[in-house]
Amino acid sequence: MNQPYEIVIGLEVHVQLLTESKLFCGCSTKFGAPPNTQTCPVCIGMPGVLPVMNRKAFELALKTALALNCEIARFTKWDRKNYYYPDLPKGYQISQYDLPLSRNGYLEIRDPSTGSCRRVRIIRVHLEEDAGKSMHDEVAGKADSRIDLNRAGTPLLEIVTRPDIRSPAEAKLFLTELKLLLNYLEVSDCNMQEGSLRVDANINLHVTTPEGVVPTPIVEVKNMNSFRAVERALSYEAARQYAEFLETGKRLGEVPKQTRGWDEDAQITREQRTKEESSDYRYFPDPDLVPVITSEAELQAIRTSVGELPAALRSRLESTWGITAYDSEVLVHQGRAFVDYFEQLARVCGDGKLAANWMQQDIARVLNDQEITIEQFRLSADQLGELLRMIPERRLDTRRAREVFNKMLETRQTTAELVAQMGSVELDDRQIEDICRRLLAENPKTVSDIKSGKIKAVGGLVGQAKKINPNVDPARVRELCLRLIEEMD
Amino acid sequence: MSRLLELSAVELAELFRQGELSSSEIVDSFLEQARRWDGTVGAFLQLDAEQCRAQAAAVDEKRRRGEKLGPLAGVPIAIKDILCTAGTPTTCASRMLGNFVPPYDATVICRLREADAVLFGKTNLDEFAMGGSTETSAFKLTRNPWDLDRVPGGSSGGSAACVAARMVPLALGTDTGGSIRQPAALCGVAGLKPTYGRVSRFGLIAYASSLDQIGPLARCVEDLALSLEIIAGHDPRDSTSYPGEVPPYRTLCKQPLEKLRIGIIPEQLEQIDPAISQAIREAAKVFQELGAEFREVSLPHSEYAVACYYIIAPSEASSNLARYDGVHYGYRTDERQMAERLAEERRLASAGKSPEEPDPPLVRLFRQTRSEGFGPEVKRRIMLGTYALSAGYYQAYYLHAARVRRLIRQDYDQAFSQVDVLLGPVTPTPAFRIGERIQDPLAMYLFDLFTVGANLAGICGLALPCGFTADGLPIGLQLQGPPFSEPRLLQLGYWYQQRTDWHRRVPPRLRSESSPAGVSSNR
Amino acid sequence: MGISVEEVRKVAMLARLLLDDEELQAMSEQLTKILDYMELLRRVETSNVEPLAHPLELVSVFRPDQLAASLPREQALACAPRHDGQCYLVPAVLGEL
Repeated sequence: MNQPYEIVIGLEVHVQLLTESKLFCGCSTKFGAPPNTQTCPVCIGMPGVLPVMNRKAFELALKTALALNCEIARFTKWDRKNYYYPDLPKGYQISQYDLPLSRNGYLEIRDPSTGSCRRVRIIRVHLEEDAGKSMHDEVAGKADSRIDLNRAGTPLLEIVTRPDIRSPAEAKLFLTELKLLLNYLEVSDCNMQEGSLRVDANINLHVTTPEGVVPTPIVEVKNMNSFRAVERALSYEAARQYAEFLETGKRLGEVPKQTRGWDEDAQITREQRTKEESSDYRYFPDPDLVPVITSEAELQAIRTSVGELPAALRSRLESTWGITAYDSEVLVHQGRAFVDYFEQLARVCGDGKLAANWMQQDIARVLNDQEITIEQFRLSADQLGELLRMIPERRLDTRRAREVFNKMLETRQTTAELVAQMGSVELDDRQIEDICRRLLAENPKTVSDIKSGKIKAVGGLVGQAKKINPNVDPARVRELCLRLIEEMD
Repeated sequence: MSRLLELSAVELAELFRQGELSSSEIVDSFLEQARRWDGTVGAFLQLDAEQCRAQAAAVDEKRRRGEKLGPLAGVPIAIKDILCTAGTPTTCASRMLGNFVPPYDATVICRLREADAVLFGKTNLDEFAMGGSTETSAFKLTRNPWDLDRVPGGSSGGSAACVAARMVPLALGTDTGGSIRQPAALCGVAGLKPTYGRVSRFGLIAYASSLDQIGPLARCVEDLALSLEIIAGHDPRDSTSYPGEVPPYRTLCKQPLEKLRIGIIPEQLEQIDPAISQAIREAAKVFQELGAEFREVSLPHSEYAVACYYIIAPSEASSNLARYDGVHYGYRTDERQMAERLAEERRLASAGKSPEEPDPPLVRLFRQTRSEGFGPEVKRRIMLGTYALSAGYYQAYYLHAARVRRLIRQDYDQAFSQVDVLLGPVTPTPAFRIGERIQDPLAMYLFDLFTVGANLAGICGLALPCGFTADGLPIGLQLQGPPFSEPRLLQLGYWYQQRTDWHRRVPPRLRSESSPAGVSSNR
Repeated sequence: MGISVEEVRKVAMLARLLLDDEELQAMSEQLTKILDYMELLRRVETSNVEPLAHPLELVSVFRPDQLAASLPREQALACAPRHDGQCYLVPAVLGEL
């Protein structure tokens, strides 16, 4: 479909950092506890309490900013964002305003179907505290909302992109890559269901008209609870904005910025009411916290801890193991532990392509069936590698290897034991020769056919040899039978 | 009046340790004095005699068992009701926190408990420490023991008044713009505002976080030194707490004075009540006799200090007090009445009889709770601060004031490169009459002229009694020193008190044996 | 530079205070008087001065990422004006405020 407009999207992503304790107090950040059981005077914002910053949260924030290619501020400070909401116990959120800990980064995304790369620029990454949760049971029509402060004070990273994203699918792609990166960094588990990753999007259209390109008003879309919802909400919103543009002709700047919420059930966005004064947050430096100065040495230490990131890992896997871009994409997507298993497997069996296939088919199937992770998988890469090595060495074919593999999953036996037990051991020359001699003696007709030039008839002997012992190498049987017949003369 | 009431905290602690006095005897004497006089003075918001006696009995028992005793063992200390005490109401003299019982102790309270002090009641203050006369308290009027028709100063008016009235030898106050030094001066006692960061603010209910500091009030400087030694020190729960060691203030303050250079700002003495400038000049002579050398210095930006302070402090306050919204603790408006009123407003609006759209219920809950829970001065400062931080005014007010603040700090740095300490007045006049200024906020603010500078710059300041007006009202002097120069201020104060007896004078009324009549104790 | 009753009304909303007409009028007069006094500060040239937010210029203060005991829920909720034993209760929250 060729639309007369270009879609322009910028994302604002909030991710919860994987710390034990909250940003400013020692309460747990674990998800799922009964309401108001993980709070203390500090995160309830009781009179007289003071915040002290969690070092790990700051380090995780720096690590992420580095991985997103950001410039790190040597001097950063915290500000208060003042607004009233019942789940914001202090009446302000501790956030960062004019001197965030990092700016000007980017994340490279690769379209797996075309293989083309694009950079989405990052405006800033900063550290702030989360609010609590307001719950309202609309079905029951109750007049009260219930406030749970367990989440209040959880460390959050805010990542804001430039409006560099050009389609809802690309937005999803960006989020997928970001999530993968954060998983690799071990800074967040990015679980959207548990609210540890939240996305808001700003979207408008650049419509091509006879008078030139016209931008439509920017709309902020909220309430998207999965990456799929992001894609759908943005597709819906693009279509809606175009229809509205055709109807009203309203362009950017002619109407105030609108906020719309995604309604998952109805699959539409709906306008949300906002007060005009709600954006006056009266930011000022938080006098209860002191600025942070980061030295080059500290930065270097964090840089070292970053490790290999998905994009670099993909190209290394491709060049080291000779696998395809598609394979590396799939492997890397499964996470670092999966990749580590793959690499060990490839090393032991000596064949990257073979290992990659097994990872994606046989192992993935088992993990899926058993609903386990690679860390919980019962065969080590070394054990499995021993088995797979027999395939290129032509000691087993894939079908037999698979049988042994399945057996290994059921029993606790080693590869060698199983291969021996299943008669899958390689035969020595003596044994093959015995089989061949026996076959030649039992099949005089075939022998005379071959002697008269019908070499093809040797296939029948090979078939019989396999029945006698499934482990015989067909090529060797063939070669040996022909030689023995020649020698008969 | 019992002779025991005239003893200093240091002396009481010593007599207790030697077994000359029990804590129960000490506490009973002060309780008796409070029983006789607090109905008149109104220094305490809460004073639970049973609780005091129980603490005294516990420390007596500790001594009996021969356990190690803390440095303030057995000695009562009054606490400004802005410092959180676990299990005891902490109200900030505000309706908003009328029923608030903190589940934790302020760090200074923990340290006093460890020092085996007897926590002796919670003292009155201006609501949320916003005021300079203790008249903005939502609960009680506190009177100056030297003249019951006059204010005790503020905001630590209750703490100053109870020390002056011998109801306690020692009290804690807080100083954001002069709230320890000013009431100390008006009540004829000594008060120390430590360097910002010297004492942990954890558990101090914030008014303006970058200015607030906790400090002691007492009659004797040695008591200030002893109590500072107990409450000072790094606290991992306060990010703005200074990590340096706590010097042995009590030992240091008694060291012989070496040659010191004292700065004096001549203009300051020209703009104030002549009795006060006269008293300061007399005090300067005493310091000269003690070996100090005087030099004239200037603080060129000091004329901007009050304006700067009344932008920064209310800005921080507007944010610090945003938490009082009636959701998680404290006062909440009557929801039923509120709902009825809202319904009525909605009816009027839909009938086209009201130009304004009524608030959503939650917004109204916040607004009504805050309007009923806060008094006029607190609302005024919240409004001022909200305005100074709001879009379009931030640069002109908050940011500009934060820059002027640096200039004020630089003035002090400059002055302290020439002299060791500054000597000057605490207030431009002695204690004013109750009700005299409460209707004129700006006049009240200008009274802080000589004290706000130390808070803006984060330095330390000591107020000492140094004389009386012809009407018998106390006069205070102020010594200001660079950051962490408390040992020097206390040393000067100690030797000044060795040469003078202003701090030993007793308010005339207290010398009469019977309690006064005819003065109402409550508003 | 004064502050009108209308401006006071807006600021009161921002500060979540509810002032009646009389209070609005009085507040406007008092704040105007105070702000007029603040005009004094305009005389100070500060374009090259760094703002001072903290009097004690400490930096990089952290705590280790360690768990500490939370408050028992009854104790946390004990201070609240209205709760149901599990959560704080407020009049219905609908959308943004």
